[in-house]
Amino acid sequence: MAKLDEALVSSKLRYPWRASRVLGYGKGMAGGLLFAAAVVVPFFLSNYQVFQLTLAYVYAIALLGLNLLTGYNGQISLGHGAFYAIGAYTAAIMMERWQIPYGWTLPAAGVICLGVGWLFGIPALRLEGLYLALATFTLALAVPQLLKYFEAWTGGVQGIVLMKPEVPWGLPVNQDQWLYFLTLGVLLLAMLLGRNLLHGRVGRAIVAIRDHPVAAATMGIHVPLYKALTFGVSAMYTGVAGALGAIVIQFVAPDSFNVFLSISFLVGIIVGGLASISGAIFGALFIQFVPNYAQDLSKAAPWAIYGVFLILCMYVMPTGIAGFLRRLTRRWQVGGTADRAV
Amino acid sequence: MTALLEVEGLTAFYGWSQVLHGISFVVAQGGITAILGANGAGKTTTLRAVSGMVRTAGVVRFAGQRIDGKATEDIVRLGIAHVPEGRGTFVNLTVEENLRLGAYVRRDKARVAADLDRVYGYFPILAQRRRQLAGTLSGGEQQMLALARALMLRPRLLLLDEPSLGLAPFVVREIFDIVRTINREEGVGVLLVEQNAAMALHLADRAYLLETGRVVMAGAAAELRQNETVRRAYLGY
Amino acid sequence: METLLQQLASGLASGGIYASLALALVMIYQATDVVNFAQGEMAMFSTYLAWTLLNAGVPYWAAFVATVVLSFVGGLLIERLIIRPVEDAPILSIVIVCIGLLVILNSLAGWIYSYIIKPFPSPFPPRPLRLGSVVFGTHDLGVIGITLLMLLGLYVFFRFTPLGLAMRAAAQNPVSSRLVGIRVGWMLALGWGLAAVLGAVAGMLVAPVVFLEPNMMSGILIYAFASATLGGFTSPVGAVVGGFLVGITENLVGTYVPLIGTELKLTVALVLIIGVLLVRPSGLFGRATVRRV
Ligand SMILES: Nc1ncnc2c1ncn2[C@@H]1O[C@H](COP(=O)(O)OP(=O)(O)OP(=O)(O)O)[C@@H](O)[C@H]1O
Ligand SMILES: [Mg+2]
Repeated sequence: MAKLDEALVSSKLRYPWRASRVLGYGKGMAGGLLFAAAVVVPFFLSNYQVFQLTLAYVYAIALLGLNLLTGYNGQISLGHGAFYAIGAYTAAIMMERWQIPYGWTLPAAGVICLGVGWLFGIPALRLEGLYLALATFTLALAVPQLLKYFEAWTGGVQGIVLMKPEVPWGLPVNQDQWLYFLTLGVLLLAMLLGRNLLHGRVGRAIVAIRDHPVAAATMGIHVPLYKALTFGVSAMYTGVAGALGAIVIQFVAPDSFNVFLSISFLVGIIVGGLASISGAIFGALFIQFVPNYAQDLSKAAPWAIYGVFLILCMYVMPTGIAGFLRRLTRRWQVGGTADRAV
Repeated sequence: MTALLEVEGLTAFYGWSQVLHGISFVVAQGGITAILGANGAGKTTTLRAVSGMVRTAGVVRFAGQRIDGKATEDIVRLGIAHVPEGRGTFVNLTVEENLRLGAYVRRDKARVAADLDRVYGYFPILAQRRRQLAGTLSGGEQQMLALARALMLRPRLLLLDEPSLGLAPFVVREIFDIVRTINREEGVGVLLVEQNAAMALHLADRAYLLETGRVVMAGAAAELRQNETVRRAYLGY
Repeated sequence: METLLQQLASGLASGGIYASLALALVMIYQATDVVNFAQGEMAMFSTYLAWTLLNAGVPYWAAFVATVVLSFVGGLLIERLIIRPVEDAPILSIVIVCIGLLVILNSLAGWIYSYIIKPFPSPFPPRPLRLGSVVFGTHDLGVIGITLLMLLGLYVFFRFTPLGLAMRAAAQNPVSSRLVGIRVGWMLALGWGLAAVLGAVAGMLVAPVVFLEPNMMSGILIYAFASATLGGFTSPVGAVVGGFLVGITENLVGTYVPLIGTELKLTVALVLIIGVLLVRPSGLFGRATVRRV
C-alpha cells in the first residue's frame, strides 16, 4: 500500500500537468454524462421506478450528512435516523396540521435539525468514540417510542398521511417526475455545498480533527466549535432528506424510523465510501435497490446481506465503492489525485 | 559444553526500520552475560528478540533447541523469564496475584506455594504488601516485584532489562546480590542489560558492547573492564 | 407498602437481567476495548436455540445447560473469526463489525424462526408466592436467584482460579501477559464466550416475560448499556450494581411517575446514559483509565 502510494506520488510529480488535466477532464465528462442521464431517465421509466430513484436521491442527501460527521469528522453516529425522523415530521406537521406549502418545509426542517444537531453535538463533544456510538445508538432505539408518545403532534402509531404535491408552473411532467426533479435539484445543491465546505479552510479543519485531534487543537482550530458545527450541519442535511422523504412517500409513521433506518444509513456510507461525496450516491443506490431484490429471497434477507457487506467492507474494502472506483481510475490514468475528499 | 543461549546473526525490525544488524552472542550454562550500550543501541530490542516479541531473522538456540520464530507464550514455557523494560507490572492486580501470574505456566502447583514463600524471603517488603494493588507500589518495589515475578517461573534463563533503573544504590546492590545468589545456587543463566556498566561487568562473566545494533566488542567481563574505550565511555574513569 | 415491596422484587428481577447483560458488556469491553452492540442479538439467538431444543422435547434444564454450552462456543467462535481481524483497527471499524453482527443475527433469527412472537416457558411454577400480605411472582424470585448464583460463580471464577486471574491480566496488560505465558488471544475469546453465556441466561430468563421474537432484546440491551454506563464500563462490580439500580428505578418510576410510565422507557435510558457520561463519564465505580494505544 505504501509502495503504491509512493509510486503514485512520484508519477504525479513526473507528469503533473497531464495527470491532473486528463483526470479533471475525465471526471468532468463522467459527471456531465451522469447528469444528462439523470435528467433523461425519468421519461423512460415507470412512475414506480421514478419514485424508487427519487427515494435513492433522498437517501443520498441523508448519507452526505452522515458522511460529513462520521466519514470526514470521525464522530460515530449510529442514530442519524433520529434527525431524518425530525425532518420528516417537521414536513408532515407543517403540511397537514398547518397547511403550509411543502416548499417551505425543507428549509424549516433544515433549520430545526441544524439546531437540534448542534444541541446534541454539545454533549457529544465530551463523548469520545465508543461512548458517542453508544449514545447515538440509544437515541436511534428511542425514536419510535418518542414519536408515539407525542401523539397529539405526531398522530401516534397511525402516523400522518400527506397529499402528493401538484406540479407547479404547468411543467410538462407528472407528479412523480416533478418530485424526482425537485429531489435531484436538492441533491445537486447539497453536493455542491458539501464540496465547497469540505474543500475550504473549514473542511481542512474538520478532517484535521478526525486525523490529529491534539495537533488540530494546538494548531489553533477551535475543536469543540467545529465538532458541534459539523454535528449541526450533518443533522441539517439528514433533516432536509427526511422532509423530502416524507413528501415523496406521502406518509410518516413512528415505526419506519426505527434503529434499522439508522443502520441503513451506516451501511450506505460504509458501502458507498467513507469520506467521499460521490460515495453517498453509490451508497444510496445500494440501500435503496439491494433490499428490493433481496426481499424476494426472504423478508430477512436484505438485512443479512447488509450485515455481511458491513463486515466484509471492514475487512477488504474500507474505502467503499467510491474508493474502489477511485483506485480503478487511478490505475487507468496514472497520477490520478489521491485526494480522499473528492 | 553447549551454551544455554546461543544467538547468531540476529536481526530485528520495527515496521520497516531495522534495529539489529546481525548480532551474535552466548550465555553459558550457569553463566551471566551482560549487554552494554548507549541509549537506543538496541539492548532492549535484543531481549525482545530473544523473547519473540519483535520480528526477527537469524538463529536463536536455547539449550540446543531453535526458538527463533516461536511465540512469546511458548518461549516462556521453555523456562525463559523476561523482566521487561518498564517492569510490566499488572497495576490493577495485587502483589500476590502478580506473583502467581509469574508461575502461570507451571504445572507443579504444589511447589508454587513454596516458591512464593521463597521470593517473599528474598523480598520481605513484598510479603508485607501482598494484598496491596501493585500499581500503588513505589518504583523500586515494582522493580523487585518484576524480578520476583520472573523468579516464580523457576526459569533456566533470566532476561533482565535494566533492573537498576531508578533504584537507590543500596537497593541495586541488594537486587544484584539476589541475582548472583540465584545464579550460583540454582544455576540459572542470566542475560543482563544494564546502564550501570560497572556493576554489570562486576556481576557478569561475559559481556558485549552494542552500538547502533551491532556488536562492537565482546569478551570476558574482566577483559572489558580493563579495556580503555569501555572504561572511558561506560565506566567513567 | 405492599406495592413497594412487590415493585422492589420485580425491580430486582429485571435488574438481574440488566446486570447479567451489563456484565457481559463490561467483560468484553475490558478484554477487547469494544462495546459489543451485538450483545443483545447474541442473547436473543441463544434463546432461540433453547426454544428449538425445548420444542424438540428436551427437558427444560437440559436445554438450559445445552444452550449455555452452545452459546459459549458460539461466543468464542465469533471472537476468533469475526472480531479478530479488526481487533487493532480503529474504533469505527470495530463498531461497524459489531453492528454488522447485530444485523446478521437479527435477520438470521427472523429468517429461520420468522418474526411471529412465540411464548417461552418459565422453569418456575406459575403459582405466586405469598409472604404475609405481599405476593411475589415465583418467576421474579427465580430470576433473582439464578442471576445471583451466576454472578457469584463468576466472582469465584475470576477471583480464585488461575484462568480467571489470567483473563483479568490479559485484559489489562496484554504485553506482560504474553511474557508470563498467557495466550492472550484465547483469553479474549474466552471473554466473549463467557459474555455469550451471560447473555444466553439473561435471554432465557427474560423471554417468558417479553416473549420470544427477534427484536426482544433491543430494549433490554439499552437498559444494560445504561447499567454499565452508570456502574462504569471498567468495573464488573459497577455493572452489577448498576443493573440492579436501574432495574429498581425503572420499576419504581413506572409505578409512581405516571407521566413517564412505560411509554418513554427507552428515552429514560437515553437520558440516563447521556447524563452519566456528562457528569461522571467513568460511572459510579469505574476508574478513569489511561487508554492503551
Ligand atoms: N516500538 C518501536 N518502534 C519503532 N522503533 C523502535 C521501537 N522500539 C525501539 N525502537 C528503536 O529501536 C532502537 C533501539 O531501541 P532499544 O529500545 O532497543 O534501545 P536500548 O538500547 O534499549 O536503549 P535504552 O538504553 O534507552 O533503553 C532505537 O533507535 C529506538 O528508537
Ligand atoms: Mg532499553
